[in-house]
Order: sequence, then structure tokens, then C-alpha cells
Amino acid sequence: MDAEITLRVDGTEHRLTVDTRTTLLDALRERLGNTSPKKGCDHGQCGACTVLLEGRRANSCLTLAVAYDGAELVTAAGLADGAELHPMQRAFIEHDAFQCGYCTPGQIVSAVAMLDEVAAGWPSEVTAERGAEITAERGTEPLLDDDEIRERMSGNLCRCGAYANIVPAIAEVAGR
Amino acid sequence: MTITARAIGRLMDRLDGPDKVRGLARYAFEAPVEHPAYLYGLQSTVAVGRITAIDTRAATAVPGVLAVLTCRDAPRLRPVGDGELMILQSDRVAFRGQFVGGVVAETSEVARAAAALVRFEYEPGPHDVELRVDHPGLYAPEQVNGYFETDSVRGDVAAAFAGAPVRVDETYRTAWYNHNPIEPHTTVATWTDDGLFLHIGSQNVHGARQSVAELFDLDPGRVRVSSPHVGGAFGSKIRPHPDLVLAVMAARTVPGRPVRFALPRQQMFTQTGYRTPTIQRVRLGAAADGRILAFGHDVVEQTSKLKEFAEQTATPGRVMYVAANRRTTHRVTRLDLPSPDIMRAPGETPGMFALESAMDELAVALGRDPVELRVTNEPDVDPESGRPFSTRNLVGCLREGARRFGWAERDPTPRSRRDGAGWLLGTGVAACMYPVYRMPGSEAMVRLEPDGRYVVAIAAADLGTGSRTALTQIAADALAVPADRVELRLGDTTLPMATGAGGSSGITSWGSAIVEAAARLKLRLESEYAGRTPPGGLEVTAAMPENPYQQRFAMYSFGAQFAEVRVCPETGEVRVPRLLGVFAAGQIINAKTGRSQLLGGMTMGLSMALHEESRLDPRLGEVVNHDLAEYHIATNADVGSVEVHFLSEHDPYVNPMGSKGIGELGIVGTAAAIANAVHHATGVRVRHLPITLDKLLVPESAPGVDVHH
Repeated sequence: MDAEITLRVDGTEHRLTVDTRTTLLDALRERLGNTSPKKGCDHGQCGACTVLLEGRRANSCLTLAVAYDGAELVTAAGLADGAELHPMQRAFIEHDAFQCGYCTPGQIVSAVAMLDEVAAGWPSEVTAERGAEITAERGTEPLLDDDEIRERMSGNLCRCGAYANIVPAIAEVAGR
Repeated sequence: MTITARAIGRLMDRLDGPDKVRGLARYAFEAPVEHPAYLYGLQSTVAVGRITAIDTRAATAVPGVLAVLTCRDAPRLRPVGDGELMILQSDRVAFRGQFVGGVVAETSEVARAAAALVRFEYEPGPHDVELRVDHPGLYAPEQVNGYFETDSVRGDVAAAFAGAPVRVDETYRTAWYNHNPIEPHTTVATWTDDGLFLHIGSQNVHGARQSVAELFDLDPGRVRVSSPHVGGAFGSKIRPHPDLVLAVMAARTVPGRPVRFALPRQQMFTQTGYRTPTIQRVRLGAAADGRILAFGHDVVEQTSKLKEFAEQTATPGRVMYVAANRRTTHRVTRLDLPSPDIMRAPGETPGMFALESAMDELAVALGRDPVELRVTNEPDVDPESGRPFSTRNLVGCLREGARRFGWAERDPTPRSRRDGAGWLLGTGVAACMYPVYRMPGSEAMVRLEPDGRYVVAIAAADLGTGSRTALTQIAADALAVPADRVELRLGDTTLPMATGAGGSSGITSWGSAIVEAAARLKLRLESEYAGRTPPGGLEVTAAMPENPYQQRFAMYSFGAQFAEVRVCPETGEVRVPRLLGVFAAGQIINAKTGRSQLLGGMTMGLSMALHEESRLDPRLGEVVNHDLAEYHIATNADVGSVEVHFLSEHDPYVNPMGSKGIGELGIVGTAAAIANAVHHATGVRVRHLPITLDKLLVPESAPGVDVHH
């Protein structure tokens, strides 16, 4: 069965017909030709397909396109302004925070969204252990130390093993 | 000939970085094609047997289905040496998960749904899938991977071992590992009257072209393979696998129509090779002063009934330490399973886990420091060939690593340190090594453009190794121009022949060809054009020259790996807050991407030590944890500080750059360093990877316990 939907992707509105079984990831890649989100596992286990969905990071492979008619999406391509890279993208290059580059757009989208989550005061699994570090000045915003970054970025697998470069790249953008 | 390093050695950002961080670099599946069809593969559900009935009617009736392929109507293939590629040629099933068919359809959704409607009936046979040290099928292969001798014997190991005052005789096991690059194996295949055009992720585009041309009886000149970007490979994209064959079959059934095929992650556990599990007996007999008198390394591993892949697991011990009496052996058995294949440092990775664990056990048995024990057994020449080393700086790496790591303050007593939370702390060390391979056959083209820029072309591969950037640096120095004057093209069979990105041989092989072509171009420019760029430009193609030192020297890189672990005494959870590696690998071409290569290798080594294991269900003959939720690879939270340091090493014999391959060195030894640190922390010696919690849950009162399960 087909359905007609509208998606706003990286600032551009698209009207398209999709099979109701089509994932958001396949709609982006196969229908709209947006190669920025990658298919690594198609099961929500690797994070390569991460996009901003209504401003929050989401695995686009676990999402049916038909369920998001009218949604606003941002991919790693849309984080940049043409050739002008997003600060997170520049930091990934500077720190060599990737090798093959296949998980990279997902890592970068995830990192950008993660910093917003921290700014909004969302705790992570390791925040509780660090309760004492939530100070009066910072309010409820968790202290973004390396362990917080590692924990919050663990939904994005990197088989090349660039984690030890990803963490300082994100820390730099976070202003640490 | 050697070249002067100007761009070489610098920290240079990846040239493809801006494209990769935006997701604009196109991997195989993303090749822009018009109106593609989609393929979904069908796998056997028995491990051994015969297909007795096939019913494709329901699938064929689905609107949008273009073709259903089975052994009844699939294109016939010309037999090649790799039996695993000979899919859909008969009703026989050789392993569970073997491709028995495929559905081609207008969309991926239709292909997958229709695939579920194809019915196969089987007459199953008994299967044999469990590797055992006493498996009746064990045999000595003619040689092992890398063209190494199967066995090597010097002196009398049994007698020397029996007479040695201090002895270690233990059996180590490593697991079945799958490569799991995040980019799955994908193909876009278009079959037309003009020939076959393939977009694949490949470590060896010319090799893939040759294989496909042979299988489908095509002139290689009519097959083009393009692979500008590869989303990780680790050995799994060196040789073609059955997924490529199925994709070409599908393309042939819908000529003119591009066919897109991506292996689902689950199918990658059966279709793309894996690292064989190993059972390794290591014997070390030493004098009281630590000198090794007897060394034995006997390896048992598996291959498949469709082809032989015999991993060279015992070969690193032929190079590492002195011992007048020594023996290494490999025995393999053919099982009803998919075939193992090359995975990052085949041989060295599992072999050095065993050898370097045994060295740690010997140090404990002798009451000697494990760094000093290795220094004591440092050979002057290659112990088995007798050749001098071109360079060998293992001792330098051990000393520098020990200094940086703070090794001198270590109390060797196991279970003697805890942190504030009561977790046990330990540190461990292991050596690593990797051969300098050089593959004959590469050619490079260098063209001086009329505007003074240079185009350098070679069908090399960049799998994330950074070769696109490193080869640009080499070309710049070979031409004595700034790197921004050089445009490097790679990853396509329209470019000059390049050998595969395997054995960490890429930079040596491709770089040497580029240096040769650049030298000839400069010579012609001087002799024929008085150094002035001709109006039409100038182009030279040259092959990699012979290396006159190849037979005179034993050529290896070396390194030392140090690990710190924390182990929870209640749960057995292991954390690795710190890894430190010091490597001597000749001239590092790009200090930035080179460091990443080692760092990535060490991270994969950590993953191998603690997390990874493909679990075979012997009743099914299938890996049951076949996805990334169940097959654990290290996540960001599993990795702490990873330090990479290079020892300055000048080696004028290896190649014109003075470089040694670094893609594999970093994974070698990491697992042993971690296992040795776990022993130091807990007193428990885990000889069977991965080091999971259950293997460490032993009573507090029983330090020194051995774990064999």
C-alpha cells in the first residue's frame, strides 16, 4: 500500500509517495537521494542512520516514513551550510575522529543533539554517579566530562575504533 | 632510491574529510543510477543436504517482482578455485546460510516481502561443525595463508622442554570473530551489451574484476569495478564473496537495469568470511635466568569444505624470541561451515594472544619482570631464517612504553591493588609485530598537466586507512612539489593496476610504484623538455620496481602494548581505563591518520579481548548472535584513554619512503596485554577469549586459579 507524505529535509520540503513499509531511512536514501544517513544494520543497533527528527536524534531505520508525514528532518548534510561546515564537522576533521567515514554523519548528528540534551538538563546513565558535580552555578546541567560523552555517544558504533578521537572532538565543541 | 620527506611525516587532515563529515562521499550502494531494481538473497536453512523442492509461484505472483533466482534457472558459472563463489549451481547445500536463491523486484520492500514466500524443501544430511583439538579430520595444509610453511622445526623441542628448569605448557583459545564493518557488503550491478559495471566496496578492484570475469566468462576489459570509498573492511572486502556473485546473476536477469544489493547485517555473518576460532598449545621452557631453551606453538583451526583458508597463527613466534629448539605447526579441519578468511592481521592477532600470554605466564613462573624477560630473549637475527633485520626496535618500544606507562612502580603481586571503590587494579604488557609485505604487480600513472598540476592515478583502495591522503603526500615528495599540486585518483579499474589493500602492503606497494613513475616523469621532463612543461602535458606509467634488499633482510615492524584494567570483584566486570602503545614502524607517512590506524587497531584488540565472539549453535551449524546487538563490538563507553606513540625509525631497505605498514600492527598484542593485566588484577589467568564476566567469577580466596572453559 502506498501513501503520500510530506517531509521537510534539510530545509527543503518534499512531497513523495512511499510504500507504507518504507522506513524513514529508505525514504531519505532511496526516494530523496540523500546519502547522508547511512544504513549499517537496519535494526537500530549501530546508529549510522541517526538524523534529527523534530530536533531530536533518532534512528531513521527504526521509523516508518508514513508515520512522520509533515516532519522536519535534519541530516549531517543539512548541518553544514553548503561548503561551510558545522563546528562539530570541523572538529571531527581536526581530531581525525573517523576513518572510513561510514558511521560519521550519524556520529555528528548524534553529537550535536547530545549537546542539546545536556543543555536541557537531561541526565544519562552515568550522571547519577556524578551527582555531586551538579553545582549551583550549572544548575541541573550535567558536567560534560569524558565519561558523560562516552556514555551518551554509545548508541553510535564505530568499527574503525575512532572513539578516542571522537571524545575530544565533541569536548572541544562543547567548549571544554 | 629514497625520497626526501617534506609532506611525508606531517599531520595532514584527510582529503576526503569534508565530504565524509557531511555524508556526501558516495559508498557503493549510493552510486547514482537511474531506475534501480533491488535484490534480496535467500539462504539455506539446513547445514548440509540437498534441495528436493522449490516453489517460487507465490513470490513470482507478487506485483513488482521481476525475477526469482534459484539453482533451477540461475546463470551457469565457470568453475573457479573458490568453491564458496559457486552459488546456485546445484541442489547441494554446503553450510547453513548459503545462498540458494534471490528475488529481484522494483523496490527493496517488495523484494524482501516476496523473498519470504519462496519455499524450499530439503533432504538434510548430518553435519560436522565443531572444532576440536582431536577432530578426526585434522590435516596439515600444503602451506598457510601468506605462503608460509605449515610447520617449522629447529632442534629438539621435546627434549629441550623436558630438561628446562622452568616450563609453561598451556592451551589458549580464541573465538570466531566477524569483521562487521559498519558499511555492509553492497553492490550496484548493471549488465548491458557493453559489459558489466559494478559499484562495490572493495579492497581490491582489479582482483574483483578478474574473479567476476572468470566466473561469468567475460573479457575483463568489459568489466568495470568502481570503489572510491569503502566503509570499513578489515579484510572482508579483499576477495569477492557470494553476495557479489548473486548481484551479478540478478543483473544478468534484468539486463540494462541497475540492481542494488546490500547484505542485511544478519547475512554478513555467513557471507563475508570471518576469523577462524583457534586452539593453540604453547610450550616455553626456560633457564633460570629467563633464556628460552624450547619453544613450541601448535595450532588447530578450521576451514570449510568449499575451500581452504589456513590462518598462519603460529608464524609470529618464528620471529619473536631466541630459542635453539623450536617448533611451530598448523593443523586444520574442514567443517560444514562458511569459510574463514583474512581478518585484520590474520595469524598475528590470534597467535600473539597465545604467545604473549604464555610469555607473561613464564615471567610469573620465573619471578621475572615481563618487560625484562622479553629483552632477555631478543634475537640478534631472525631466529629461523638467520637473516638480519632491516630494523628491529622491539626493545626500544618496550623501554619507551615502560617509561611512559610508569611500569617501574609496578608491584608484580597479583590482586595487590584496589581503587577507592574496591575494584581490583592490574597492569599488563605484550609485544606486537607485523611483517612488511610487498605485493608485486602495482602500476601508477603520473601526469603533469599543462597548468603545472599533477594527476596521480592508481587503482588503490582507501578503506578509511587514509591511503588517499598518504599517497598524495608520497606523490608530492616524489615530485618535490607541494601536496596541493597533486590530485590523486584511486578505487577504479579504469586506473592502472593496483594490488589489494591487504597485509598492510598498500603504502609499500602503491607508494613504490608512484615514486618510480614520478622519478621517470621528472627524468623525461629534464631530458626531453629541458624541464619545461610541454603544452600537452606529460604522462608516465611505471610499475613497482624490485626491491634489491628483499631477500637480504627480514623486514618487520614491532611494538609494545601496555594495558591498565579495573575489575569489579563482585561481578567480574572488566574496564580498560588506559591503553598505551609504542610502535616502531619506519617512517610514518601521515602522523595524524597514521596514529588513527594504530589507535583503531588497539581499540579492535580491546574489543576482541573483552566483547567479541560469534557463538555457533552446533545443532544448527549457525552463528546465533548474528547482529550488532548480540555480537558486541566495543562502544564509546568501553574505551578509555588510548595513547599511541611512534619510535623514530629510519629503515632505508623497506621501500623508497622508509615506511612499514601500520593497518594491522595495532591490533596485535592488545588482547594479550589486557589478559595479562586481568591476571595481575585478579590472579585469574583467562586463556580463552573473550574475557567475559563468568570467567572471572571465582572465590576471593582462590587466587591463581586457571580458567579453561
